[in-house]
Amino acid sequence: MDILTSLILIPVLTVLALLFCKELKNIRVIAAVGMTIQLLQAIRLVFIYMAERASGNDSEMILKKSYQWFESINIQYAVGVDGISVLMILLTGIIIFTGIFTSWKMEYLTKEFFISLIVLATGVFGFFISLDLFTLFLFYELAVLPMYLLIGIWGTGKKEYAAMKLTLMLMGGSALLLVGLLGIYFNSAPDGGQLTFNILEIAKVTIPIEAQRFFFPLTFIGFGVLGALFPFHTWSPDGHASAPTAVSMLHAGVLMKLGGYGAFRVAMYLMPEAANEMAWIFIILTSTSVIYGALGAIVQTDLKYINAYSSVSHCGLVLFAVLMMNQTAFDGAILQMLSHGLMTALFFALIGMIYERTGTRDIKKMGGLMKVMPFLAVAYVIAGFASLGLPGLSGFVAEMTIFVGAFQNEDTFHRIVTIIAVSSIVVTAVYILRVVGKILLGPMIDEKHSLISDAVWHEKIPIFVLLFTIIAMGIAPLWMSDIIWESLGPIVDKLVMLTN
Amino acid sequence: MEFSYTIYIALIPFAVFVINGLFGSKIKESFTGYLGVAGMVVATYLSYFTAYHYFFKVGKAVDGAYQKVIGFNMEWLRFTESLHIDIGVLLDPISVMMLVVITTISLMVHIYSLGYMKGDKGYSRFFAFLSLFTFSMLGLVVATNIFQMYMFWELVGLSSYLLIAHYYQKPSAVAASKKAFIVTRFADLGFLIGILILSYLTGTFDFNILCNPEGPAFMQSSSAVFLGLSTMGWALILIFMGGAGKSAMFPFHIWLPDAMEGPTPVSALIHAATMVVAGVFLIARLFPIFAIVAPNALEVVAVIGGFSSIFAAVIACTQTDIKRILAFSTMSQIGYMMLALGVSGYGAEAGLGFMASMFHLFTHAMFKALLFLGAGAIIHAIHTNNLSEMGNLRKYMPIPHITFLIACLAISGIPPFAGFFSKDEILVAAYNHNQIYFWVEWIVAGLTAFYMFRLYFGIFWGKEKKYDHTPHDAPFSMTFPLIFLAIASAIVGFIPFSNFVTSDGLPFDIQMHWEIALPSIGIAIFGIIVAFVFYKKESDLPNRAVASFGSFYKYALNKFYFDELYLFVARKVIFKRFSSPIAWFDRHIIDATMDGVATITNYIALKIKGLQSGQLQQYASVFVSGVLLLIVIFIYLISV
Amino acid sequence: MIEGISIHHILTVTTIMFFIGAYGFLTRKNLITMLMSIELVLNAVNINFVAFNKYLYPENMQGHFFSMFIIGIAAAEAAVAIAIIINIYRNIHSIDVEDIEQMKY
Repeated sequence: MDILTSLILIPVLTVLALLFCKELKNIRVIAAVGMTIQLLQAIRLVFIYMAERASGNDSEMILKKSYQWFESINIQYAVGVDGISVLMILLTGIIIFTGIFTSWKMEYLTKEFFISLIVLATGVFGFFISLDLFTLFLFYELAVLPMYLLIGIWGTGKKEYAAMKLTLMLMGGSALLLVGLLGIYFNSAPDGGQLTFNILEIAKVTIPIEAQRFFFPLTFIGFGVLGALFPFHTWSPDGHASAPTAVSMLHAGVLMKLGGYGAFRVAMYLMPEAANEMAWIFIILTSTSVIYGALGAIVQTDLKYINAYSSVSHCGLVLFAVLMMNQTAFDGAILQMLSHGLMTALFFALIGMIYERTGTRDIKKMGGLMKVMPFLAVAYVIAGFASLGLPGLSGFVAEMTIFVGAFQNEDTFHRIVTIIAVSSIVVTAVYILRVVGKILLGPMIDEKHSLISDAVWHEKIPIFVLLFTIIAMGIAPLWMSDIIWESLGPIVDKLVMLTN
Repeated sequence: MEFSYTIYIALIPFAVFVINGLFGSKIKESFTGYLGVAGMVVATYLSYFTAYHYFFKVGKAVDGAYQKVIGFNMEWLRFTESLHIDIGVLLDPISVMMLVVITTISLMVHIYSLGYMKGDKGYSRFFAFLSLFTFSMLGLVVATNIFQMYMFWELVGLSSYLLIAHYYQKPSAVAASKKAFIVTRFADLGFLIGILILSYLTGTFDFNILCNPEGPAFMQSSSAVFLGLSTMGWALILIFMGGAGKSAMFPFHIWLPDAMEGPTPVSALIHAATMVVAGVFLIARLFPIFAIVAPNALEVVAVIGGFSSIFAAVIACTQTDIKRILAFSTMSQIGYMMLALGVSGYGAEAGLGFMASMFHLFTHAMFKALLFLGAGAIIHAIHTNNLSEMGNLRKYMPIPHITFLIACLAISGIPPFAGFFSKDEILVAAYNHNQIYFWVEWIVAGLTAFYMFRLYFGIFWGKEKKYDHTPHDAPFSMTFPLIFLAIASAIVGFIPFSNFVTSDGLPFDIQMHWEIALPSIGIAIFGIIVAFVFYKKESDLPNRAVASFGSFYKYALNKFYFDELYLFVARKVIFKRFSSPIAWFDRHIIDATMDGVATITNYIALKIKGLQSGQLQQYASVFVSGVLLLIVIFIYLISV
Repeated sequence: MIEGISIHHILTVTTIMFFIGAYGFLTRKNLITMLMSIELVLNAVNINFVAFNKYLYPENMQGHFFSMFIIGIAAAEAAVAIAIIINIYRNIHSIDVEDIEQMKY
């Protein structure tokens, strides 16, 4: 069977199997098995991709399939992947796999929880393989909507408010996005002929500049809302703080990447002229969000809020890099998406586990936890160091690529914003070390915490998987960077054509 | 001769770290220590072997200069075609010298820790991190490109953080580790931006290309000028900022005294002998660019170095915590090295300062590590850091006493101990460049002798204090390193250093400059005599001296209030004036705007929901009137 | 075609009937009366259909058929409506239209 379609079918079949499942134990096992297969498929896809490239296939997208779906307006089910989407699929596979294991002890409406979670993942997988703007949008919505239920039903704290806010803001973004996508569609054949939603075909033509000027901001902001673009990021702290662990992981780890990926693949790639013209506005916004998120994180006391603001900062860096318009920076943007996805998922998983044990997420009420749960604490420290960009862990690779890429632009404006963005590494160090120092090190604050036990097997699996990938990416980044690099070729060519 | 095996010098400690780090809790505790020592023995052997081969067999090119040899190189991450991070081994005189220094001190510290850390709860963790540090430091000195250096630079920062926080349940240790990391991180920000500018200007990270006088770095004469310095000059100053952070130069020095919260072997290895001289090494590595392209930047290095040395020496005279005194002394001595680099020119004889700086780095590593290890032996015996709680220890601890004395003599610059030779070269270089520097350093030499002997007399002489139990002499695992380093401190000064390490690789011979050496010996002896008079016996002379200095003493005792200043900036300015307002802004402006949109929608909905009254006949009336309205419109207003 | 009665007369009558029905529907509060008003409206339309058919297109039969349908549907509708009304009465003991407002907002 076609491997790309199977990436959608496996979750769908898992959901069907879950529907007919009664016992709690079976539900977990089915979900875990389904997502394990999915992860293996994602890994296999990487190998297929590399074999395909090695055998000399240098077309922009490989494994292409296209079926006519709705003929009168030319909607197709068109799939295909390049190196970027292959890696994003791998990331999604890892995160949903680990997410299932972190929710192992979910006992309230278990079946429904797993079904929603997997439906969400289906949307994400579909998004990354789609080449057709309409199916892309469809999967995008499929990924966003279960979030409402997941937070509203299984969340904690002000969950209804958070779920409502998150969903409405994302829907607002979708509305802009839909207009943008339709705008692209109606301008996809400026010389007459069949209108199309297919990204590859649209990329061959130049959309009229007037249309671009109008639709680029819509599309970019539409995706940007999901990518936590300042000032449309406020759904993120509340949403993350209320969401159950696995949902936070999936949301920060993967869903926010849909924003960056979409902004890159759709907005920038299809409308480069307008992107070039308007980049400065968004560069100001993104560099603001990089430093703003980091400074905002310093004073928070709730672990999840800290991480949410940190995500704003890191995802801001993704969009920042995307706007820097050169291959190195794009490379860095993709690496940052992968790196941030992994480490933020690890963070949220760990925060969830700490919360289960201590019953609080307030850093002032914890201390000295290193002593009672060394495994979780060490994992937290490593995640923290990845986040502050320590060499040998994934964050360094991504951030340095972005900074070097951004610095290739010669004018003063780019220089200044780059230096502002670079300075975020200090602020990141401050808030990470503050948390580590407060909750893990130092004397024990709460007597009750001395009874805490360390991680058990179903918690160790996700932590090991995520730690392994973070370290592997940090130690041997070249192969990953190479896959991305060659896939960026066509996109950069389009931009270079423009500047000449 | 192939040098590809040199990569194992760094990889062996890394392997030890991985084994100890992953399985440290499972295997027998004492095994982790022995594994660490065994790894270091192999690495030390390999680096001595390398040094021998490099200096005596194959290092020299046909023209007699020591060449740069790439022992190993591997692409690690590619940014663009020309900008890529490689991981490799670059051998030249300074990196080979550093290999020797690091492995020697690290081996000694490993052996010492076998005894010192015995029974500690984090024994295997300690050895794992020690290996991690050694790996990072070795990776730093053999870096083939500036980005590799930056990576390992961060890693040594990490190991330093982890080791300072070894006693992680002590709040002061946690705070100190955090401070060390953040302060150096802030300095590294400058380093990173400097690298970015440098790489942009030259299109490469590679040291071989950067330092090549025909290379792109030297073609930058016409670049833009900003505040009197060329772009290149700014890049170099920013890079120096990173070096100043790591080397605890003013104004980034505040982390070093606090870093003494870590176990004493760590202080000896990281915060005295190796990591803190990374900044000096960095400048030395980029020295051709500094010296030729941006002499202004080099002048900055000299000024900062000179100021730091006297600043720290003054503070050191007033402190009472013995490790802090040593920390300030370290800062002061590194200031010497920086100054020596700053006053140096490029070329064989003109590069006397460069050679002197490296020489001092080498000798300083030996005697400062010795001082720290000796201090560690004392702390181990009587469980306090406080000088006022010590006295007359010489009869309990003969070996630490003798070795400590040798180290004090070495650091004070008394011939024939090592410090004399290197300090003399520095003073000569300073004298040749600018006499002000010379006189400053001359005074510092006196201060150094004074505070070191204040320490010495305070610990080993004076009145005996009450101890919890009789102080015991150190075990052999601790005395062996002391003896070894004492011998080294005594004799390494006789190494003809200028035949090996020079700024351009060409060896030259140096002469003694007695006209410089004699005054410096004189002031050193004067310092020792003052210390002898003040502290040999209990007397009220020190108090009277303090009184005569008045408030200046108070300032020095409180380290000129720099900690408070930084704390003020961090807490009151960054925290209160930036972060809190941003958090507030986010909640109450941006978030409120989003909530406001929702509220407005809600409000309008409330207002118009009355239309949906549930009264059938109202709906019907609206419907009918609508129809009538449409009819009117279609008949009368839209004429077809 | 009836002698002496033009289509205008018939249309006048049906218009009056229609508006009486509409007025009744909008003003009466009793559901049964409202139902009767609807019948009036429907029948006005019925007559219109037949009249137009007879006067304008005598050769066709659509108008007649339509009115047949309307009569049939009206009967069914009346049956359903009265069933609903009976149910409402059972539930709230009133068939006043103003009391039936559960569907508001």
